[in-house]
Amino acid sequence: MSLSNHEVRCAVASMFDFKFGGAQRRLLYILPPLGFLALAALFWVGLGHDPGLIPSVLIDQPVPEFDLPPLKDDKPGLASADLTGEVSLVNVFASWCVPCRVEHPILMRLAERDDVAVFGLNYKDKPEDAKAWLAELGDPYGRIGADRDGRVGIDWGVYGVPETFVVGRDGRIRYKHVGPLTAEAVAERILPLVEELRR
Amino acid sequence: MRAAALALLLSVAGSAAWAVLPDEVLVDPALESRAREISKNLRCLVCQNQSIDDSDADLARDLRLLVRERLTAGDSDDQAIQFIVARYGDFVLLKPPFKPGTYALWFGPAVVLVLAGIGARLYFRRMARAPRTEAAPLSDDERRRLQAFAEREGEG
Repeated sequence: MSLSNHEVRCAVASMFDFKFGGAQRRLLYILPPLGFLALAALFWVGLGHDPGLIPSVLIDQPVPEFDLPPLKDDKPGLASADLTGEVSLVNVFASWCVPCRVEHPILMRLAERDDVAVFGLNYKDKPEDAKAWLAELGDPYGRIGADRDGRVGIDWGVYGVPETFVVGRDGRIRYKHVGPLTAEAVAERILPLVEELRR
Repeated sequence: MRAAALALLLSVAGSAAWAVLPDEVLVDPALESRAREISKNLRCLVCQNQSIDDSDADLARDLRLLVRERLTAGDSDDQAIQFIVARYGDFVLLKPPFKPGTYALWFGPAVVLVLAGIGARLYFRRMARAPRTEAAPLSDDERRRLQAFAEREGEG
């Protein structure tokens, strides 16, 4: 199909619409690059967005009802009632989880602080493996609940270990960190939030 | 006999492709088929583009068992789905729900289509209204140059 002379001229004329006034014409020139920039900005933001991070629906909700048996004989288990009264971190970990090893030193350091309690939720782990793991690396937890079948983990919306929850004094979940804790995440988000929740 | 053996082999080979393991399947076929339907619409959070019905991930298996447990306990399909959504959010639904937060998603394509239609209409209308100017007849000079060009091409 070939365009007639007239059609081509009309198309060109409407592209640079000569009937438009100056302001409208300028707008017509500015719009395409603006559109491009908006799209580029959207993609740029999208590039930094990790699709693996799913926002938790439990934020600002009370912790789920649960009561887990202890992992170790000399340390109590973990239940919903233990998460009220003071600000606490609930760290979901397992001995089979490699990134848990990465974040472990950070938890050891957090355990030394007296402004926040660090609790462990041992997720779908063999008790002997978990105990050996803690004996090797150190045990940062004040209480550890053994979630052998992972049901409590599901109630907490856990989908990948490690995950760390910040729970306020009122027993409501205020923040969830997915993946290994980093020094940066602790310094910039978790500790300021703990400070705020203590007030 | 051979055909029967082949049929058996094929049916076994077919079932091997399922992520649902035999020990998960409910005895009641009606409940089981409801569980399968629900599972097909729930996202596996570990391998996010698979449903929990397709996925071999550990968490997918736990969620499949949980759905079956809810149904056995007497939950309706919706109740069982809501049970999972309450823990993992709308993101677990492979088909996004229809609510104010997702209106842009559901209406977006239609809005774009309407806008494009309006744009095309304006464009064609303007084209139709553009003055139809006849091309000016060739001048004597142009005619001579055309003649010379045609002759040159004819020789080559």
